[in-house]
Amino acid sequence: MESLIGLLVGAPLLGAAVLLVGGRRLDRVGHWLASALAAVSFVLGAVLFAELLGRSTGDRTLHSHLFSWVPVEGFQADVAFQLDQLSMVFVLLITGVGTLIHLYSVGYMEHDERRRRFFGYLNLFLAAMLLLVLADNYLLLYVGWEGVGLASYLLIGFWQHKPTAAAAAKKAFLVNRVGDAGLAIAIFLMFTTFGSFAIAPVAEAAGEAGQGTLTAIGLMLLLAACGKSAQVPLQSWLGDAMEGPTPVSALIHAATMVTAGVYLITRSGALFNAAPDAQTVVVVVGAVTLLFGALVGCAKDDIKKALAGSTMSQIGYMILAAGLGPIGYAFAIMHLVTHGFFKAGLFLGAGSVMHGMNDEVDMRRYGGLRKYMPVTFVTFGLGYLAIIGFPYLSGFFSKDQIIEAAFAKGGTQGWILGAVTLLGAAITAYYMTRVMLMTFFGEKRWKPDAEGNMPHPHESPKTMTIPMVVLAFGSVFAGGLFKLNDSFVHWLEPVVSLEHGHSPVSAGAVTAATIVALVLGVGAAWLQYGRRPVPAEAPRGSLLTRAARRDLLQDDFNHVVLVRGGEHLTRSLVYLDGKVVDGAVNGVAAGFGGLSGRLRRLQNGFARSYAVSMFGGAAVLVAATLLMRAV
Amino acid sequence: MSPINYVYLAALLFTIGAAGVLIRRNAIVVFMCIELMLNASNLALVAFSRMHGNLDGQIMAFFVMVVAAAEVVVGLAIIVMLYRARHSASVDDASLMKL
Repeated sequence: MESLIGLLVGAPLLGAAVLLVGGRRLDRVGHWLASALAAVSFVLGAVLFAELLGRSTGDRTLHSHLFSWVPVEGFQADVAFQLDQLSMVFVLLITGVGTLIHLYSVGYMEHDERRRRFFGYLNLFLAAMLLLVLADNYLLLYVGWEGVGLASYLLIGFWQHKPTAAAAAKKAFLVNRVGDAGLAIAIFLMFTTFGSFAIAPVAEAAGEAGQGTLTAIGLMLLLAACGKSAQVPLQSWLGDAMEGPTPVSALIHAATMVTAGVYLITRSGALFNAAPDAQTVVVVVGAVTLLFGALVGCAKDDIKKALAGSTMSQIGYMILAAGLGPIGYAFAIMHLVTHGFFKAGLFLGAGSVMHGMNDEVDMRRYGGLRKYMPVTFVTFGLGYLAIIGFPYLSGFFSKDQIIEAAFAKGGTQGWILGAVTLLGAAITAYYMTRVMLMTFFGEKRWKPDAEGNMPHPHESPKTMTIPMVVLAFGSVFAGGLFKLNDSFVHWLEPVVSLEHGHSPVSAGAVTAATIVALVLGVGAAWLQYGRRPVPAEAPRGSLLTRAARRDLLQDDFNHVVLVRGGEHLTRSLVYLDGKVVDGAVNGVAAGFGGLSGRLRRLQNGFARSYAVSMFGGAAVLVAATLLMRAV
Repeated sequence: MSPINYVYLAALLFTIGAAGVLIRRNAIVVFMCIELMLNASNLALVAFSRMHGNLDGQIMAFFVMVVAAAEVVVGLAIIVMLYRARHSASVDDASLMKL
């Protein structure tokens, strides 16, 4: 049974290798091969899930040792997998949603002549992400981590003939590098502190290390999580990543990539539990990102960028929950899974809309699409209801739990976090309602595209609608299923050392407050976008709106502080090097050059002048000798 | 007569030789002035030998004579070759060895 774990990772990896090496011969079957291998991975995952279910609670961890990677005295790195309840959840999410996205891409990328390559990259993405969640040590996890970064780079920049896409890919890669450096440093620190970087021994020894070291490791892990999960301050790549094909956005936002940060923090829970200072920072980052992403989502007219802001905000919820410690880990993961369903559904729906609208992304050019795309409308609508937390849909259960856990943090912190999460819920309802109203309701604001073709919205082909329908089912029922007897939380309990917080506010009151926030958000959006016609040209807007359209000035900030700052730093270093270091060296050389130029004149070729210097020298020597004698 | 007077004479001859080397341009004269300086030093050595009452100075003087004889051979040969090449015996004309 354990050997299946290797196959689970191996199947998509094999697919990537075959498709990328196989060449044009595979153009006609490549996409089906890749989808089949993703499905094989999912089936293997399901088989393993059944196996784990059949075991007793304490015995649900499988280990699989493939080979010794770096067998050196005192430094043991293995390629070994560990499948426990937490990994299992991720495996099912990654392979399940991943397979659906593969299927969707078959239709979406039909007219792209580089489709085979696209599927190769998708498979690589899945393989890297599976490696990340199944690794039993941090070094192997780092391999998966980098693999995810590579695959995202390749996919975001898939349409590399567009300069914006190429730039977005580079941006994502570079911003992620900053986070990766954090992970590398965290692994170094673990090795020097604990003498090991395997996950289980580090977790066991976590309490023995000094508080300062633990905080440092925690902060470095957080930096890594910020990079991959697009949290403040490393959030700037996510919006630009929308340059990639829409299935890629769905994959990045729902199943892979951005979930890696949440996984890392939950997986390193033992370290964070022992470092309360680091946990506080995690919570702050989560809370800030939650509001940041939500505000950005409110102002964007590009449907994918509005959804990207929403992802940032929802991942903020998860990071916040993970930062709460044992009272929050399980809910972070639960929200992650339900979010995986509805966000994948929303992105696939957005892709379907774009497919029918000549790749138009501006929501001000949409309107009234519900009659033309009924399936997309219904599935997108269900995803919408799920994400805003409509009662008894997925998002309702998972988000509600996080808000409750935030209050249960206790003290002033608890009240602040609770208020922030509630505010976030209201803003979520607002911007998602805005997306919904601008896209599917109201009058038609369609405009011809650059070539003058008027869009003819039509429903997408079956390969695209079926995954959307499946995901819509997940969006509706997953949360309720997980909440039933708290089965999801109990499943994760052995891994995340669950504790129940004591909330100063009763569960019923939190639910009521959430629903009030939801109604307020939806109402505000309806007043602005439902009751009145939406202007086809964006109004100037308030200062906040304009800032939010520019991603709350994140790029401007990065440009001024990092780019300009970096430029100034390098320029002053170049100046210093040129003037001071080279100046000293060149000065010495020039000094000696000038001096020897003068001295050279003494050698004039006249024997008699040499004789004079000789006699003069001798006279000086004699005089000096005599003088010394006299003294 | 006190040997110190020979030392004075030697100093005088040496000074004349040195001045000749520095002032005169004709290679033959410069050469003769060098001989004068060598012989002045010989005279001084012999006088010192007398003053100290041993033979060290005289032996030194013989060495100087041998060296002077060898130097004359080489030096005259150079001067003759120079004269043949340039039709001049001026030391200032042979000033090509410079940077």
